[in-house]
Amino acid sequence: MRIALFITCLSDTLFPDTGRATVDVLRRLGHEVVFPEAQTCCGQMHANSGYQVEAVPLARRFVRIFGDPSFDAIVTPSGSCAAMVHEQYPRLAALGDDARLADAIAELAPRVFELSQFLVDRLGVEDVGAVFPHRVTYHPTCHSLRLLKVADAPLRLLRAVRDIDLVELPAATTCCGFGGTFAIKNAETSTAMLTDKVSAVLHTGAEVCTGLDNSCLLHIGGGLSRQRSGVRAVHLAEILASGA
Amino acid sequence: MSGTSSFSEAAHVALSNSQQRRNLRQATTSIRAKRDAAVGEVDQWEALREEGRRIKDRTMRHLDVHLERLEERVTAAGGHVHWARDGDEANAIVTRLVRDAGSDEVIKVKSMTTAEIGLNEALARAGIVAHETDLAELVIQLADDRPSHILVPAIHRNRAEIRTLFRRHLADTEELTDDPAALAEAARRHLRRLFLSVDVGVSGANFAIAQTGTICVVESEGNGRMCTTLPQTLITVMGIEKVLPTVADLDVMLRLLPRSSTGERMNPYTSLWTGVADDPPDGPRAFHLVLLDGGRTETLADEIGRQALHCIRCSACLNICPVYERTGGHAYGSPYPGPIGAILAPQLAGLRDHTSLPWASSLCGACYEVCPVKIDIPQVLVHLRGRVVRQAKQDGWRGRVAGERLAMETMARVFASRRRYEAAQRTARVTARAVTRDGLVRPQLPGPLGAWLSSRDLPAPAAQSFREWWRAQPDQSDPDGHGGAA
Amino acid sequence: MSGAREVVLARIRAALCDVPADEQAAPPTAFVLGDDGLEEPAFVLRSRFAARVEDYGARVTRVSVAPAAIRAAVAQACVRHGIRRLAVPGDVPVEWLPPGIELLADEPGAPLSRATLDETGAVLTGCAGAIAQTGTIVLDGGPGQGRRALTLLADVHVCVVLVEQIVGDVSEALAAVGAVLGQTRRPVTLVSGPSATSDIELERVEGVHGPRRMEIVLAG
Repeated sequence: MRIALFITCLSDTLFPDTGRATVDVLRRLGHEVVFPEAQTCCGQMHANSGYQVEAVPLARRFVRIFGDPSFDAIVTPSGSCAAMVHEQYPRLAALGDDARLADAIAELAPRVFELSQFLVDRLGVEDVGAVFPHRVTYHPTCHSLRLLKVADAPLRLLRAVRDIDLVELPAATTCCGFGGTFAIKNAETSTAMLTDKVSAVLHTGAEVCTGLDNSCLLHIGGGLSRQRSGVRAVHLAEILASGA
Repeated sequence: MSGTSSFSEAAHVALSNSQQRRNLRQATTSIRAKRDAAVGEVDQWEALREEGRRIKDRTMRHLDVHLERLEERVTAAGGHVHWARDGDEANAIVTRLVRDAGSDEVIKVKSMTTAEIGLNEALARAGIVAHETDLAELVIQLADDRPSHILVPAIHRNRAEIRTLFRRHLADTEELTDDPAALAEAARRHLRRLFLSVDVGVSGANFAIAQTGTICVVESEGNGRMCTTLPQTLITVMGIEKVLPTVADLDVMLRLLPRSSTGERMNPYTSLWTGVADDPPDGPRAFHLVLLDGGRTETLADEIGRQALHCIRCSACLNICPVYERTGGHAYGSPYPGPIGAILAPQLAGLRDHTSLPWASSLCGACYEVCPVKIDIPQVLVHLRGRVVRQAKQDGWRGRVAGERLAMETMARVFASRRRYEAAQRTARVTARAVTRDGLVRPQLPGPLGAWLSSRDLPAPAAQSFREWWRAQPDQSDPDGHGGAA
Repeated sequence: MSGAREVVLARIRAALCDVPADEQAAPPTAFVLGDDGLEEPAFVLRSRFAARVEDYGARVTRVSVAPAAIRAAVAQACVRHGIRRLAVPGDVPVEWLPPGIELLADEPGAPLSRATLDETGAVLTGCAGAIAQTGTIVLDGGPGQGRRALTLLADVHVCVVLVEQIVGDVSEALAAVGAVLGQTRRPVTLVSGPSATSDIELERVEGVHGPRRMEIVLAG
């Protein structure tokens, strides 16, 4: 399968290891991975912050870059950015009164996958041959859980990892308080939510908190780091790529 | 309570209220579990929610037809229908009706709509005393407080606070304990006298059925039955969006509401009345229905925002919301708090008065998941954010949005070009060096970064971006041919 | 205020300009999506109704349909609550009435005063129907039920439910309620257990303003 990697601006700039890990896992499974270098940002921050008008050209741009018919799938290590394409792009096309964009999105979106969903639901793979001898807890990020409905795909992948000590996170489905610009505009409420998420993570005794979105992991990991908790936030892709 | 920063300013105060934080955490935790159990009993819950959504959507699309039919049926049943363009007009109508009934006091059923229009205050200005009879509303009234929850207005107060309040204001309460049963008993004794003597009742309506001209009030305590049954005159103030076409539609709502709201299979009392019952006589001899617009038609005009009018006031979205759980209801600065308040209040009162509310959410989507009529609250929040920004644009970008706009427009330009994007990545990396120590950005910076850094560390941009790594690999040049500055 | 009426209706029509002019407002009136698709036998409905109304804190006494059995159960309920005076609707079946209790009949032509109802303390009625799934009784002002104030001011409500009156779910009950609302102006009240509140720390307390005790005599 020829897979185009949709890296996301955040992982490209701050978390390149997640991108490398995604490439490793997909290659290990025998797929060709390409990286369309013209990609920048899907426009989620703009669309969710009231600047939908400014996000419309970014949606057009995304469709142009990833619409290449030679791509069998477009895979991203982000539930939130995948959901952006599925949920928000059609609305942006409507806002921009752009029927051609709407058609292009309808054609493209079924090929856009979040990584864990792609592996489990599309490829039917749960064991990717990873070894990760650490205590890990999984935080289901809100958009992967409620917009993409990834269900237990990430947990199936984690359970198949060798030597992992996977522990359940209390109140797992409660938001960590990131919420994009919410973390800045309502920093104190966001922090109150983060405090509870961090204490839930600490309660598990895990060394690593994992999830499907580096945005939320930036938030949780930022809190864990600030408190010098000694617990790391690590993207699922990096666990899946490890130790093989 | 307006301006872009108002929610966060109010939240600043609320977050430090440890008593309220604990009360809310306990209350929301327990009600979530009860709702889950009650909903879990219903095999076809998702299909039922979809039916609820469909009924509301279909009703709104022909709201005028259903309201005219309701008016006709209520009138035919001996009731009087009044129309009010706004809250002031509704308050004036109610004031006149109370005076015409020769009374200077009314007993009230808890009603969101009358709270929204400030009816009690308007009646007070006219020398009419409004007695709230719902237990929590009584607490709020005695404490001169504001409600903080749609269903449980005093959710922010605990039993000890309520005991203190009752001891201060109610007769024969020297020995009162903080046992909720004892507190309820004290309220019963206090209010019974009013139920037996006051001759005008004021209620809201959960639903009104156009087909039969019937009003429906759903409650638990029995104060609703008292107020709608015992007085000689009954005045119901109802938002125009509460109408349902038929009893079959009510059936669906009654299967959705109690389980979503209190986590019960059915609430203790559901009262249904049609005009004035005279054969045999039962209840008030005069019935008035006040139909309120109050921003609802403006809301209806927004094709995405109008679904906020579908709300049946169950409060499931408040109970599940992680923001509400921590800030409480007062931070929203409106009678309608929580996720539904964040989309309803700005639309009813006007977006300019509540510009911060659409941002009072992390867009986690838990509210949408529990809404019994499937209001896509996150979608409406995002939509309203867009309206606020476009309105600010029209208004010439005054105030603090100007800085944000500059940042957003700059970033949109950066993201529109690979060349600018990669240049920005390099600039960020170089700039970050000046403020970085051991790979983390130093936590003393102003502006948006400072807000982030107030509680969270931030890693510096990676020494090598993903794309730089990709390019450095053998045979990894841009294989799809889209290279170059797009 | 006819001005306001026309203005509001005009605003609604303007707001709905996206709705096609030929779209029908007429809604389907069928009851759909009943919770229980199956016809269940009476004994199942009876058990479920009893269990669910007990969940609300009501007390259920199961008896046969024999008038003497119903009368005995009513008498026992009166003893339990120390009831000496019982308010009843004028048309309550006389065979339900226990001996040795002072009866106050409420008649449309000669209604009991609010003060009397308040002081009486207990009321005995029948009902129009009952819902097994939710433990609900339906009062529609029909035979043996009286007006609403009767079942409101008393502290104890003794209600006789005949097993044949129990329907499976809310939809079946609402279909019957719909017929009453469509043909009469009689008010309808759905009662699910004694009055209750969760206003203090969301802890359920049974008994606020309506009857604090509910006694169901389930006959059949």
